[in-house]
Amino acid sequence: MRYLPLTDTDRHAMLGKIGASSIDDLFIDVPEEARLDGTIEGLPNHASEMAVEQHFSNLARKNMAASHHPSFLGCGAYRHHVPASVDHLIQRGEFLTAYTPYQPEIAQGTLQMLFEFQTQVARLFGCDVANASMYDGSTACWEAISMAGRVTKRSKAVLSSGLHPHYVSLCKTMARFTGDALSVALPEFAGSDTKRLLDEIDGETSAVVVQYPDILGRIEDMSAIAEKAHENGALLVAVVTEPVALGAIKSPGEMGADIVVGEGQSIGVGLQFGGPYVGLFACQQKFVRQMPGRLCGETVDAEGKRGFVLTLSTREQHIRREKATSNICTNSGLCALAFSIHMSLLGERGLRELAMLNHAKAVQAAERLSAIDGIRLVNENFFNEFTLELPVEARPLVHQLAEKHILGGVSLGRLYPGEEALSNGLVVAVTETASDEDIEALASALEELLS
Amino acid sequence: MSRYFTEEHEWIDVDGESATVGITDYAQEQLGDIVFAEVPAAGTELAKGGDAAVVESVKAASDIYAPVSGTVTEGNGALEEDPALVNSDPEGDGWFFRITLSDTGELEALMNENAYKAFVDGL
Amino acid sequence: MSEINKSGWKPEMFEERRRGDETFTGNKALMLEEALIFEIGDIHTTGVDFADAPPAASRLGGLERVRNIGLPGLSEPEAVRHYTRLSRQNYGIDLGVFPLGSCTMKHNPRLNEKVARMKGFADVHPLQPVETVQGALGVINELAFWLIDLTGMHGVAMSPKAGAHGELCGILCIRAALEARGEGRKVILVPESAHGTNPATAAFAGFAVEEIPANERGRVDLEALKARLGPDIAGVMITNPNTCGLFEPDMKAISDAVHEAGGYVYCDGANFNAIVGRVRPGDLGIDAMHINLHKTFSTPHGGGGPGSGPVVLSEALSPYGPLPFTERHADGYITLVEEETAGDRHPDSFGRMTAFHGQMGMFTRALSYILSHGADGLKQVAEDAVLNANYVLRNLEHVLDAPFAGSGPCMHEVIFSDNGMADGFSTLDIAKGLIDEGFHPMTVYFPLVVHGAMLVEPTETESKAALDQFIGALRSVAERAKAGDESLKTAPSFAPRRRLDETLAARKPKLVWTEPEPAVAAE
Repeated sequence: MRYLPLTDTDRHAMLGKIGASSIDDLFIDVPEEARLDGTIEGLPNHASEMAVEQHFSNLARKNMAASHHPSFLGCGAYRHHVPASVDHLIQRGEFLTAYTPYQPEIAQGTLQMLFEFQTQVARLFGCDVANASMYDGSTACWEAISMAGRVTKRSKAVLSSGLHPHYVSLCKTMARFTGDALSVALPEFAGSDTKRLLDEIDGETSAVVVQYPDILGRIEDMSAIAEKAHENGALLVAVVTEPVALGAIKSPGEMGADIVVGEGQSIGVGLQFGGPYVGLFACQQKFVRQMPGRLCGETVDAEGKRGFVLTLSTREQHIRREKATSNICTNSGLCALAFSIHMSLLGERGLRELAMLNHAKAVQAAERLSAIDGIRLVNENFFNEFTLELPVEARPLVHQLAEKHILGGVSLGRLYPGEEALSNGLVVAVTETASDEDIEALASALEELLS
Repeated sequence: MSRYFTEEHEWIDVDGESATVGITDYAQEQLGDIVFAEVPAAGTELAKGGDAAVVESVKAASDIYAPVSGTVTEGNGALEEDPALVNSDPEGDGWFFRITLSDTGELEALMNENAYKAFVDGL
Repeated sequence: MSEINKSGWKPEMFEERRRGDETFTGNKALMLEEALIFEIGDIHTTGVDFADAPPAASRLGGLERVRNIGLPGLSEPEAVRHYTRLSRQNYGIDLGVFPLGSCTMKHNPRLNEKVARMKGFADVHPLQPVETVQGALGVINELAFWLIDLTGMHGVAMSPKAGAHGELCGILCIRAALEARGEGRKVILVPESAHGTNPATAAFAGFAVEEIPANERGRVDLEALKARLGPDIAGVMITNPNTCGLFEPDMKAISDAVHEAGGYVYCDGANFNAIVGRVRPGDLGIDAMHINLHKTFSTPHGGGGPGSGPVVLSEALSPYGPLPFTERHADGYITLVEEETAGDRHPDSFGRMTAFHGQMGMFTRALSYILSHGADGLKQVAEDAVLNANYVLRNLEHVLDAPFAGSGPCMHEVIFSDNGMADGFSTLDIAKGLIDEGFHPMTVYFPLVVHGAMLVEPTETESKAALDQFIGALRSVAERAKAGDESLKTAPSFAPRRRLDETLAARKPKLVWTEPEPAVAAE
C-alpha cells in the first residue's frame, strides 16, 4: 500500500511497545455491535496508481472541456488564460501541504502572501481592508449581509434584481433561519431596478446589495444608491463576480460601497466545475472588527524584523464560540495564492490590458451576434458579458449548440426556470480565450439554428 | 467616595448616585496584554448582570457585565485609542464607563476592598 | 572626505556584522529574506503578454476606471523567485512530521493532484448543459456513493464548502426537520471539549447553545446529558472520536436517549479518519455528520483551505438536505436536482447553500484517495493512525502528563497537559522548542478541557523511524521545560522569524500595505 510506510514488522514492534496483543485492543472503546467484522462492503480493495488514473481519464473524457471548444459561459464563473507559472508555484509542497498559519515563525510564506493578497483585493475593490478570503463569492455575499446586520443592528436587506439567482437562493436559505427580511425581484430586459432599490431603502434597511456587473452583464453607477443608503444609515454591499472587469471600470469603493465582496475565480483559479473558488471580502476601515474570516496583519519579531501573523482572532469561532462573527474556520488559502500570483504577474498594466482585450472582444461579438435576424442585444452597457434576446426559447437552443460542440452561453431559462419573460434570454460571456473563429462559429450556428 | 468589587473582578467607585466602573489589577493580569476595549455610549441603559463592555487580549475576549443597574453617562474614549491603559493603570486611567445608579441598594451585595482581597487570595 | 570610500564602509563594520551574526543582505545562506511585491514590482511591469485588443467602441457607459489601482506587476522570473522564496519560509507535510492534532496533516498523494487537473474536470464550467458534464457529475455521484457506504448512512449533501459549512448544513437540516414537525425546540447541547465551530454554527442557525460536561475519563457525561434532555432540546453536537482523541463508548446510548427525547444527533466528523473502514457512524444512531475531505481523505490543506465538507444524513434528515445534488438514473445518465425540479424530487429541501455544486476539485482528489486505498487500505489507514498515536502516547507518558493515559488506549491522537513544567514554562515554550528541532508543533491550548493542552496527531503516513525521531525531539524539549532551561523561553532561534509580537499586531492592526511616508530630506 504505497501511502502507508509502516511494515508488519514495525506494527508488531509498536504493538509490543504499547503492550497490546493486537490492533483490536486499541479499538476496545468501540462497542462490539458497532465494529465491522471485515472490510467495508462493496468497495474494491486497493488499486494501483495506473488503474486509478485510468478510471479518472475515462470519466474526464465524458466531459466537454471548455478549452477544447468555443465556449461562452459566464454568469458567475469565467474562463481566462492562467499563466503556467501559477499552477507550478501553488504546487510547491511548502504551500500545498501547509496548514493555516498558526505557528507564524514557520509560516511566513503563507502569511506574507495573504498580506499581499489582502492589499491587492482592497485596492482592486477600492476599499481600505480585505480579509484572507472566504469559501466563494456566494457565501461571501451572505456574510456581507450578515455583517451589515451587525453594524447597523438591523435585519432588512434589499437585494438588486441583478444579483446572481444562485446567490439570491443562498441568501433566502440563510434568511429563513436567521429571520432576516429580504426584498428580492426578478431582472427585466427593460432596465435595471435602481429605482426600486432607491424606493425601498428606509430607516430599517441594513444593506442594499448590488451586483456589478449584474447577472445580465449590465454596468451601472452605484453612487446614488450609496448616497440614499448612507442617508438612511444603511450599508451598500457591492458584489463582483468578474473581478477582471475592475481593470476597466470604476471600483465599487469609489462609488461609495461600504462592503465589497466577490468571486475571485476568474483570476488564477480556473473553472473546476464550480469549486473550489475564492471568496473576496473587503470593507472600509471602520467596520474591520465586524468582518468575518481570517485576517493577516503586519508586526515585528523579537529581533525587530518585520513579520506577519493572523490577527484580530477574537472575532472568530475558536475564541468567541457562539458569539463569533461567523462560524467560518477555513479560508480558501491555496486559491487565494493562485489569485495573488496571477494578479502579481498581471500587475496593473496587465490587468488593464486584459480587461480592455475582454471588452473589445465582447463588443465585437455583441455586434456580430445582434446583427443576426431576430436577435436583440439587451444591454446598453457591458464589460465582457451581455444578454441576447432570441426569437425562441434559449434553453433548448443551448443544448442544440452543445450538439454542435459549442458551449454557447447560459440560458436564462436555466437560471430562472419558469419565468416566461426571461426565457428567450441568452447570457454570453466573451473573454480573451475566445478567438475570432470561436465567435464566428457561434454566430454561424445561431444563424443556422434560427433560420 | 467608596470602592466596591465584584466576583467578576470589576471595581466600582461610588460617589452619591454616580459611579465609575473598571476592571481590577488582578483581572488585567489574568487577561494579559489588552489589545481592544469597547465601552458603552452615554445614554445606554444597563441592567445589573447584563453585557456592558468588551475587553480583548490577543487570545481572549471577555464581556464586562454591569455590576449595578443604571444609565451610562460617559464611556472612556481614551481606551479606544490606547487599550494598554487597562494594563498600565487598571484602577485609574483605565476605567471603562461612568454610570448613574438606578438602585443604590444593589451595592449592598458587592464586596469591599478587604473582602475582594480575600476572595482573590482564595482563587 | 576621501574619494575612495563613497559608500561609507569602514573595516570595523565587517567585524560588527560578524559579531552580530548578521549579513549584508539579512540572508543566511539558503534562508532568504523576501520583500513585498509592492516593494519589488511597479504598476508598469507585467509578466503576461496579450495580443492587441481589436478596435472597438467602448460600451462601458462612462464608468471607465481612471485612477490608478496600485497593483504592482512582476515579470515571470521575478514572480517565480518571489513565491519560491516565500514558500521556503513555510513548513509543510512534505518537509516533515506535522502532528497538528485534530487537523490530520497526512501525506497528500500526487496522483490526486494530477487527476484533479485533467481538463475534463478542471476546465469545465458549472453551468454547462448536463449532457456535456456526465463525467464530472459521475465523480460527484461516485464519491457520494462511497461516502454513504463508508458511513452506513442514508444520504449525503455534497455541496458544503468546508467542515464548518458542513456543520451548518447538518444543523439547518435539523432546523428544517423540527419546523416540519411544527416544533420550536431551541437548544443545542455541545460538550465543552467541542471545536469552536460547533457552538458558532448552532448560534448562527438561531439555536441557543448549552454545554454538557465531560466525566473524569474525558468522555461525555451520559447521565448529565440525559438529565438535560427534554422538549426544548433540538439536538446534540458530539465529536466522535472526541477532541481528546478518545472514542465515546456511550455514543449509541447517547443517540438513543436523544432520539427518545425527540432530538437529533449531529456528529462532528473531523476525526472520522480514526475509524474509517472499521466503524460506520450510521450504526451509532447518528443523524448527520460532516466529513472533512481534507482530513480523512487527504485533500491538501493549502495553507488554510480550500476544504470540503460533505454531510452524510440519516433517513430522518435526508429529505431536508440542500440543493443541488446529483441523481443517477437506471440507464446511468446523471441529472442535477436544482430549484427547478426540487418541487418534484426533493420538496422538503432547506434550499441552496452555495452557488454551484460544491468543491469539485476536492471531490476528484478524495475519490482518487478512496479508490487508491480501497476497502482493505482504508481499514489499514484507521489502524495505522491509531497505532501511531498510541505509540507516541506510550513512549512519552512518563515524560509528559497524559491525563487520560490511564483510561486505556487513545484513538488517532493523544493529548498531553502542561502539568509538571518548571515554574514559568508553558506549552507555548514546548511548541516553539519543537520548531527549532525541525518539526511543526502539535495543536496547543485545544481542547480547553485540558490545561495547556498539547494534542498530537501523527497520522498513518508517518514511518516508525520518523515517529522515533519526533518522540526523541519532544522528549528532549519536554525535559528542558521541566528542568527550566531558559534558552527555551526564546525559542525558536533557527526559524525564519523569532517569536512575533501579536499584541502589537492586534493593537494597531496593519492589514494592508501602505506606501511608507517619504523620508524627510536631510538638511
